[in-house]
Parts: sequence; C-alpha cells; structure tokens
Amino acid sequence: MTAVVTTEGLGKRYRTKWALSDCTLSIPAGHVVGLVGPNGAGKTTLLNLATGLLAPSAGTIEVLGGRPAAGPAQLAKVGYLAQDAPVYAGLSVADHLKLGVRLNPGWDADLARDRVTRLDLDPRQKAGSLSGGQRAQLALTMATSKRPELLILDEPVAALDPLARRDFLSDLMETVAEQEVSVVLSSHLISDLERVCDYLIVLIASRVRVAGPVDELLSTHYLLAGPRRDPARLPAGQEVISASHTDVQSTLLVRTADRILDPAWTVSEISLEDLVLAYLSQDKPKRDPHRRQPHLRQRPHLEVQK
Amino acid sequence: MIEFHLSGRSGVAPYLQLIQQVRQALRLGLLREGDQLPKVKDVAAGLAINPNTVLKAYRELEYEGLVAARPGIGTFVTGTLGGGPSLAAHEPLRRDLRRWLAKARTAGLDEESIEALFASTFHESAEEGIA
Amino acid sequence: MIWLTWRQFRAQAWVALAVLAVAAVALAVTGPNLASMFDASGIVGCAARGNCGALIDAFGYQVGHNAPDNVLDHLGPWVLFAVPSLIGMFWGAPLVTRELETGSFRMVWNQSVTPARWLAVKLALIGLASMATAGLLSLAFFWWSSPVERVSMARMTPGTFGATGIVPVGYAAFAFTLGVAAGILIRRTLPAMAVTLAVTAGAQAFMALWLRARLIAPVRAVIPLSSAVLSQFDVSPRTGRFIVYTGGNEPQGIPGAWILSGPETITTPAHVASQACIQSPALVPRPCLADLARLHLTQTVTYQPLSRYWPLQWYETAIFLALALALAGFSLWRVARRG
Repeated sequence: MTAVVTTEGLGKRYRTKWALSDCTLSIPAGHVVGLVGPNGAGKTTLLNLATGLLAPSAGTIEVLGGRPAAGPAQLAKVGYLAQDAPVYAGLSVADHLKLGVRLNPGWDADLARDRVTRLDLDPRQKAGSLSGGQRAQLALTMATSKRPELLILDEPVAALDPLARRDFLSDLMETVAEQEVSVVLSSHLISDLERVCDYLIVLIASRVRVAGPVDELLSTHYLLAGPRRDPARLPAGQEVISASHTDVQSTLLVRTADRILDPAWTVSEISLEDLVLAYLSQDKPKRDPHRRQPHLRQRPHLEVQK
Repeated sequence: MIEFHLSGRSGVAPYLQLIQQVRQALRLGLLREGDQLPKVKDVAAGLAINPNTVLKAYRELEYEGLVAARPGIGTFVTGTLGGGPSLAAHEPLRRDLRRWLAKARTAGLDEESIEALFASTFHESAEEGIA
Repeated sequence: MIWLTWRQFRAQAWVALAVLAVAAVALAVTGPNLASMFDASGIVGCAARGNCGALIDAFGYQVGHNAPDNVLDHLGPWVLFAVPSLIGMFWGAPLVTRELETGSFRMVWNQSVTPARWLAVKLALIGLASMATAGLLSLAFFWWSSPVERVSMARMTPGTFGATGIVPVGYAAFAFTLGVAAGILIRRTLPAMAVTLAVTAGAQAFMALWLRARLIAPVRAVIPLSSAVLSQFDVSPRTGRFIVYTGGNEPQGIPGAWILSGPETITTPAHVASQACIQSPALVPRPCLADLARLHLTQTVTYQPLSRYWPLQWYETAIFLALALALAGFSLWRVARRG
C-alpha cells in the first residue's frame, strides 16, 4: 500500500527546544489516522510540517510523494483544517466558496454547494457570525471541496459541543466514504478517535511511541491480571507497557504477537482508550511506593512546547 | 431498509455488532433475499464510524454467503438465516447442553460459576481454533 | 487571487475613494474661484509694470483671509505628507498581520496558491492602488494651488517639496511595502503600524532635512548685492567696518531657489563707506545706496535652483521606489521561506 506521509528522523526545533524529534513514520493510505498525545507532545508541529506551514529542522518528510507545499499541484492534493477552524470573519459563506473556486483549479463547485445546502448554512451569512460547529463545517468544506487525496485535521472537534462534535465526525466519515480520501486527525479526545480511526499514532514528549492499525494494536495488547509477578520474568516477546502491583496481585498491560499461554493470568482485551492511556502514563512516575519499575522508562527530557 | 445502531457498552467490536444486526434482521424476516443493505457512506455517516468498519462487516457477511456486493450499486442480501432445518439439526446439541448444565448444578456450581466456566473454556477453545 | 485581493481590500478602497472624493469636491469648489482671483489680481504681466511686490502682497492677503482657501492651502501639504504613512499603517501593516493574528493564513495558504504568489498579487495590486491614491491627491492639489504657487514659488522648500509632484507616489509605495515587511517581521498589527509610521515619517524628514540637498551638488554662487535686498547696516565697534544686512530678503536673481546656506553678511572696509551711509545707519538712503552700488558688493549663497525641481523629484522618487521594491522582495522571500 502506498504511504501518504513518510518521515525519516523528522525534527523541528524552536530556538533551543525540540518540539518534535526523531520522528520516523510511514502512514499508509486509505485510513483514518488518529494522532494522539498530550498537549505539547508535538501533534500540531507534525501536522504543520506535513502541510508545509513549517520547514523541518532535521530529517525529511514526504507527503503523497512530494515535498509539502512545494507548489500549487502539491497544495491541491492536501486539504488542511487548522485548530479552531480559522475562516475570514468578514467574508460570507458564499464568498468563501468563491475563494475556493478562484484559488483552486481542482475545486468541485457542485460538491461545495451541495455540502453547504445539506449543512443548512446560509450562503449570505458572514463567517464571523457562524457557530463553532458551523465554522468547523465551513472550514471542512474549504478543505475537502478541492478533492484532495489527503485531509489533515488539527484537533477539529476540540472546541465543539457534543452534538456539533457528532455532526462533524459523521459528516467527515461520509466524506471519507464518498471521496476515498485518507485522513490524519489529531485529538486528545480518545473516545472520538475510537469510532472513526482505524490507524493510531501516539506521540508523547515529541517522540512517536506507538504506531499501527487499530485492529492490530487491540489484538496484540492484553491486560493480564494474576498473582504478583516480577515483570522482568515474563517471556521474551512480551513487552510490558504498564504494570501495577499490590502485595499479592499484579496487573500488567502487555504487548505481544504471541498468545498468552500461562494459565495463571486472567487475560482480557483492552479498549483503545485504556491502551492509549497506558502509554501516556508510562512516562509519568507514579507515587506508589510498592511499585516495581517495569523496564526502560523514558522521561520527557525537555519542556514540552506546543 | 434496516437501520444500524451501536452499543458502546456491549464490549463487542463495532463491525461484529453490525454483522450481528444483519443476521438478526435476517432471522426476524426484516431483511429478505434481494433487499439492499444501507449504503456504506450512509452507515458511516449515521453512526459516525469509519467506513472501513462497515466494509469489513459487509465483506464478512459476503464471505459467509449472506450478501453480495454489486460495485457501484450497493450490497444486496443473497442468502437466508435461520429456518427449520438448521434449528432441527441443532436439537441434539441442545439436549447435550441441558445434560451438561444439570451435571454442573449437581456439582454445586451456581449461575455465575457456570457462566465463568463456560466463558473461559469457550475462549480457550476459540483461540485454539484460530491458532 | 485578484478577486480575493479586491474582496478583502474592498472596505479600505471605499475609504480611499471617499477621501479622494471629499478632497476633489473641496478643491473643485474653491479652485476656480482661486484661479479667477489670481487672474483679477493683475499679477500676470506685473513684471513689465514693475509693481509685482504690491500686487503679490495684495493677492496673498486675499488668499489668507478667504477661509476655505486659507485652510486648504495650509492643510493640503499636511495631508499629502500624512497620506503615505496612513497607507503604510492601514493598508500595509495589517496585510499579513491580520492573517497571522486570526490564523486565517492557515486556511488560505493551503488553497492551491503558494504564499509567495498570494503576497505577490496583493503587493502588486494594493501597491498600485497606493501609488494611484497618492498620485491623484498630489495632482488634484497641484491643480488647485497653481495660482498660489506661481506667486510664492515655494515648491523647492522642504515644507512643500515632499507634498508636490511625484514624490508622494514614491513615499506611498515605500510606506506600503514597509508596512507589509514590518508586519511580517513583527507579526502583530499595532506594533507594526507604529513602526511603519515612525520609519516613514523619519525617512521623509531625513530626506527633507539632509539628503535631498545633497542629491545634486548644490550651486555655490556669488551674487551681486542689489539694493532691493538691503534692510539695514551697522558699524562694527571693534573693527570699524560696515556690516550690511539683507534681513530675510532672498538674494535677487534666483527666484524660487532653495537657499541652503548664506547669504553671508557682507562687510566693507570702513574707509570706503560714504558719508551718506554713516549719517543714518538705520535707514538706507539713496545716496548711500549709490555709494554701495559703486563698491560692487557681492553675496555668497549656496542653493538649489528652481530648475532642479523635476530632477530632484525624479531622483527622490526613484530612491523610494527602489526601496519599495527591495522591501517587497524581502517580504516575498520571507513568506516563501516559511514553507
């Protein structure tokens, strides 16, 4: 399968701080990719590098086979929805569509008009007086009506109320089904990602911690509960992601491609949310005095910066 | 045309829920041979889920021989579920199961223990089946 | 992109048109009257009759006491000096900073147009609009004030030169591109506006007070002292020499020139002063004048003659247009480098 985004050792530095470091990814096409991580982990930086709004400080990035924002042809292939869905407050909805027509050779005017009608947006209304959900929908229209191959969305629903959030994601899924476009969307709301994403990237402290199809991640992570055990004693091939112990019991989150054969463990599946949370908390030192350190822990070595 | 719904609390993967709902609809006669399943994009939009999830469910149903996809038009029901012969063929299994349950109760297991025993054995054998 | 530039510039364009319209109306209403006043004053051809001084004074009095004319005459240069800064502040600085502050650059620079092309079109179209606005205002005021200018011949002086001719066009282009560049570097609207105002005004002042005088090497001339410029003279107690003052009178023979230095006061050896001059030093009676004329006294003056008005205009405009192009190029380079 072709890759929509390929990075090799990608990094971005602001003065002395690395907002993103040593990022090596190959995001396959045809997926809705969720980019998850705490604030300041580097999600927006990675997405800005992919759209070409930022230039790398280290490493390389290739989007749809070309350098980001290398020219009008490259720009036409990538649709971008920035955080807080910026639009021109003084221009009307219809003006925005006209902007799209004039600035994009590949603009599908019928598609855009149908969307606006379907979304119940008044073409004459100024974009500044739209609600948050409507603004997000307008911005999505601007990004998708030029029929891109890749859609990049930076925290598209973070500021929306639950109904607007649902409407937006529903609309996005319909667009994905109709246009067969790959999507990369970042969010810190894992519950939204669970429904719509089939590929996950977890970014913590400016580094990629986990990347893979959701199905595969869910089927290779297990929650093991059983009598207290030293995590270092587990068979090779079972990577302990997180562990918590009482004096008699151990609960481990384990990643492995093999089956769990040890009958002492009660094996359960894990939800995507718990999986991501386990990786996110991996970096935070716990205050439990009984806790035995699992294997290698990586502390964030720089202050995070968005 | 049937309508899908998803239960977030059931612990069952979304695509499996879709498959179950199609099977249930076939059993109940809500779906008959030749009926069209909802379009992938409508299901994806209506439930706000990934279209690939819907495609996965439809593909699995196709593999089971229950539906067939016609490119550009939609997915249509081709097979049926339930009905007399299959239920009757399961009657011996049902009798075996009743006998086993009686044995378990005699051994002193309560309802929850019986369920736990069944569930763990079922999962074990299911994994063996896959591997 | 042309449509988008116009659509976003629309409101500002209307403001400019309104200002031009108000100016045009004010000048059109009073202009013909002023012209006819001038014609009636008889100044045309006064040189032959030799009574120019009185007629000019009379005309000046008329203009000074006709309120609309007086106001416009004083206001005009101020407006023309201010317009470039205003253009830089309100058309130039917000061009990029508004997009940065609202985040809309993230939307528009993802449309299939590169940031460089986006900025190039805006620079070209609004730059031309700036130059046209300044040019039209200058032209309108020039037409209106030509009667006054024929009399006062002040256009070489620093207080007027920058408000006439084509230099306002150069200033406008410079201020606009400066505003854009400041916006790109500073990224916030108000500070960029402040910087634009300060630098534009500073450049205008620097030009007027220092550089313009040196663009073409000034003429240093020795001019015969004529009686018309004498105001008084005195005897120096120390040396016993006579000192002749010309007061504020400009040297004769170089009408409309921009005096840069001098004229020096002239001293005479005491022994050649005549009795007529010694007797009444405060006034300058005819016999004394005759004696001084025989001395063939001269003044040394450094000046730019009126004939250099247009060459200086072209040089100065060229300098500012070159600066504007450099600033535009810098802005395009910075914007392209982001991606």
